[in-house]
Amino acid sequence: MIKDPVIEVIDFNFYYGDKRALTDVNVKIEKNSVTGIIGPSGCGKSTFLRSINLMNNLILGARYEGKIMLDGENIIHKDVDVVELRRKVGMVFQKSNPFPKSIFENVAYGLRINGIKNKDLISRRIEESLKGAALWEEVKDRLNASAFDLSGGQQQRLCIARALAVEPDILLMDEPASALDPTATIKIEELIQELKKKYTIIIVTHNMQQAARVSDYTAFFMMGKLIEYNRTNLMFTNPEFKITEDYITGRFG
Amino acid sequence: MVDRKFDKELNELNNKILKMAALTQESIYLAIEAVKHRDRSLAEKIIEKDQEIDAFELDIDDFSVELLARRQPLAGDLRFITTGMKINGELERIADLAVNIAHRAIDLSDKPLLKPLIDIPIFSDLSINMVKTTIDAFVNRDAVLAKKVIEMDKEANLLRNKIQKELVEDYIAKDLSTLSRALSLFLVAQHLERICDHAKYISEGVIYLVSARVVKHSY
Repeated sequence: MIKDPVIEVIDFNFYYGDKRALTDVNVKIEKNSVTGIIGPSGCGKSTFLRSINLMNNLILGARYEGKIMLDGENIIHKDVDVVELRRKVGMVFQKSNPFPKSIFENVAYGLRINGIKNKDLISRRIEESLKGAALWEEVKDRLNASAFDLSGGQQQRLCIARALAVEPDILLMDEPASALDPTATIKIEELIQELKKKYTIIIVTHNMQQAARVSDYTAFFMMGKLIEYNRTNLMFTNPEFKITEDYITGRFG
Repeated sequence: MVDRKFDKELNELNNKILKMAALTQESIYLAIEAVKHRDRSLAEKIIEKDQEIDAFELDIDDFSVELLARRQPLAGDLRFITTGMKINGELERIADLAVNIAHRAIDLSDKPLLKPLIDIPIFSDLSINMVKTTIDAFVNRDAVLAKKVIEMDKEANLLRNKIQKELVEDYIAKDLSTLSRALSLFLVAQHLERICDHAKYISEGVIYLVSARVVKHSY
């Protein structure tokens, strides 16, 4: 099914202290595709997403087993440069979280912490990133305005622009549209379709229809296990397992 | 397991399709009765009743579209509603073919019987049986039964060919004065065969519903 994997997860287990949150996950993520991760609350989908850029390292007692291969390197190895990893694997959160700075400085932030000082380069990268996040036309005349002046949907696209500025390969999105109205949601979903031409996207969503609309592949997690992983069109018309069918049709209680 | 209001709505759709199927089977049966007994008034009743079936078809379509819009169903629910809509359309076409037969019954009603009808009632029983069986397959989500209906369609083709050959060779070719009556019966056989085709299409939908396997155009 997966011809050109950019990420390969092999026998992956994750523990919060003694509690195993992910069990024997094996999955390959196709390059330049959108993979939707679905499952009930507490199933491990966000833990899985956050494992891909080692965000769980900040949690006391977090422990990994197995491998997550990215560019031929196992990212859960202790010698991995986390800053470099997070440059390659950007993340957008459920609630937009712009910094209390200008629009310009929000997008420039990642470049500055990566040591880029060239003003022309920064300006060019900001324009490209805001264009990439479909926000440029709306903010180009007020780049020095506060990010908090933007609407919720614009703030979320600003966060996407901020993630794009450091030129990642992969974008992780944790329910990026759950706090947005339908119009702003559609903009984010259309943006995801554009972004996948350049990036590989993994998105956690509680919204089945959103997963059906935006993703090429869907992974269904339950109780820390990857139950079913398939092309989205098959998953949502003819899932292989009854438990997947029960979950996506809302029969699972 | 969650008790969903949506399940009740799906059950309501199921019942509406069953009612539609019952109405169309009745139309086929009565249309052939009208042919057999040269009963013009019965044929006219079938034609009139078709308006009710047409309205019911639209009602099922509206109900299905509403479920799609409001519930945005997925997986088995999605296959059930989309298949239900197709079955609804096929049943409506079957009812239209019963109306066509009723028109032939009116053509034949004021003329002497061409011949004792033997194969046409057999053909009518076959077509009603195919519609009934395909609906049973739908109700019970039975792909094996649906496949049997697809097989039965071959029998329907043979029966139509036999009836039409006999009408041409034994009547039209020998005595042109029988042409109008023989042609009406020729068309009745044609309509019955089309009814069997639609029963087959429903069975193809049932196979998709049960297994998500598309068998359309493969038989």
